[in-house]
Amino acid sequence: MTIAESSIGRISDAVRPARGTVFLALTGLLLLSAILSLAIGPTGVSLQSLPRAFAAAAGYANDASAERDRLVLIDIRLPRTLLAAFVGAALATSGAMMQGLFRNPLADPGLIGVSSGAALAAIATIVLGHGIAAPLIAPFGIYALPIAAFFGGLVTTLTLVAIASRRGELAVGTLLLAGIAIGALSGSLGGYISYASDDRELRDLTLWSMGSLSGASWQKVLAVLPFAVAILLVVPRLMRGLNGFLLGEAEAMHLGIDIERTKRLAIATTAAAVGAAVAVAGVIGFVGLVAPHVMRLISGPDHRAVLPGSAILGAILVIVADIIARMAIRPAELPIGIVLALVGAPVFLHLVLRRNISGGG
Amino acid sequence: MLEARRVSVMAGQKRLIDDVSLTIVPGRLTAVIGPNGAGKSTLLRIMAGELKPSEGAVFLDGADLRQMPVARLATRRSVVAQSTTLSFPFTVLETVMLGATVPAFGIRDDDAAIVARDALAAVGLANFEMRMLNQLSGGERQRVHIARALCQLATAPRPDTETAALLLDEPTASLDLKHQYDVLSLIKAQSTEGRAVMLVIHDLNLASAFADEIVLMAAGKIVGKGDPDDLLNEDLLSHTFGCRLRVVSSGDGGRLILPAAITRRMIIGAAAE
Repeated sequence: MTIAESSIGRISDAVRPARGTVFLALTGLLLLSAILSLAIGPTGVSLQSLPRAFAAAAGYANDASAERDRLVLIDIRLPRTLLAAFVGAALATSGAMMQGLFRNPLADPGLIGVSSGAALAAIATIVLGHGIAAPLIAPFGIYALPIAAFFGGLVTTLTLVAIASRRGELAVGTLLLAGIAIGALSGSLGGYISYASDDRELRDLTLWSMGSLSGASWQKVLAVLPFAVAILLVVPRLMRGLNGFLLGEAEAMHLGIDIERTKRLAIATTAAAVGAAVAVAGVIGFVGLVAPHVMRLISGPDHRAVLPGSAILGAILVIVADIIARMAIRPAELPIGIVLALVGAPVFLHLVLRRNISGGG
Repeated sequence: MLEARRVSVMAGQKRLIDDVSLTIVPGRLTAVIGPNGAGKSTLLRIMAGELKPSEGAVFLDGADLRQMPVARLATRRSVVAQSTTLSFPFTVLETVMLGATVPAFGIRDDDAAIVARDALAAVGLANFEMRMLNQLSGGERQRVHIARALCQLATAPRPDTETAALLLDEPTASLDLKHQYDVLSLIKAQSTEGRAVMLVIHDLNLASAFADEIVLMAAGKIVGKGDPDDLLNEDLLSHTFGCRLRVVSSGDGGRLILPAAITRRMIIGAAAE
């Protein structure tokens, strides 16, 4: 698009479709993608087997084929779909919250190192969980990994805020650069830990770090459930506050928003969401960038639309990407991150270029 | 009544604000003038409750701002900052409605939109509501932010007995002459309607024409306070601004404040014609 073309659009009015319609359409798409995710897989069990699978699960059907359907649909595809939805919603919501907080559409937990920080903590937990820290980690059971990743993400975010804030304002350039540095540091530390690990730990690590949902299980769904509930409870309370933040911190305060509380809640929620997502699916980038970006194009930047909308859209994105990941080179699987980067990287470039044209605004 | 009692602000060893007391009274427009770096904007940020003074305190109807929750404070004072940039593409109406954003206001969007439209009409931007804010001119944008501040005070649940304060930092800085006049008339009307208005402004002539009270600041201190007719005298202004100023009659009952160098040129120019 040339500048002359873009300036023609300047006098035109913005179009904002009704929020209810947008949510309805998104929810429809989410259901559709979830059904597809249940129906499509390398084993060729289709949706028609679903009633039989449920019957088997309830103990009413005992033949071998019903048992196989149950295994594929209810023990493999259903938790996988649920986890994909959770990971997508969590990452997209975190992206939207960070962008609101940092007042910059480029802040994605994957890009600014929050995911890497969470991943480092997860790697350390996997390796040390078998070794010296076993007595410390074992009592947390299935929650050890998400909790560790949560603190990893939290420490990274707080470090970023400390590095990038000057007199109450976050310097966004510094934030992105510091994020790259922290990401690289976490990556190298993680590499060092995995180098020092034994065969069994290494196998666990490799499985986890593929950034894939292939290890989905009901146990993992259970592990992220409290995080999902917490996010669902907190996010609606942040929407108006983050709207105020878009005007600036001082202006948000003028509008009557408790800025410190909003910041702390948003950072903790982001760390929890990213931590839980990373714990079950490894590092997945770009969802947090793409989903809020698309939502803003549809509904404008009001967080009352962007946050819930991004959550649904992020869920759709990851569910669809996961279908592609498991079907593209079957019977092998692509890491889901590769699929998402294919969509996400161009969107990121588009955002960068648009910023340059509008003078960094 | 919004009242600063002996406030000081330290930045390291330097006193940005030095023992300042100031009262902004409902129904009056108080203009704060002074040279660059005098501490006008800092004082406004203190009065807004945004900046905590190192010494002294600010009171709104006798209540200490430090003890007032921000959501409560927001029902009673709104602020137009010197420059506000929005990082995401809001429409004009959405921006104005941010004024009613506080959850504690409990305002439904439809109701907020009605108030926001009134506020937009008041600043002369009635048919701009669906335009994108980042595509407006600087002057139009400034008026949108004023409308947002008006929307905040208009939607806030607040008994009539409480002071509603409107604080503006250089609201006319990027406006052309017509819009400077329009915006100040609007701000003046707000004070006439009973709001306590504090206006930080560079333009001495606008201050002179619109203010009920002038506060002259220099180097963090208040060096003069009073009625425009008394305060705007050549000696005090020339001394404070560090350049020879003339206060001349505009011939229609008003007054013009100009650097002596310029008035001299005008006289020489008029003589040459």
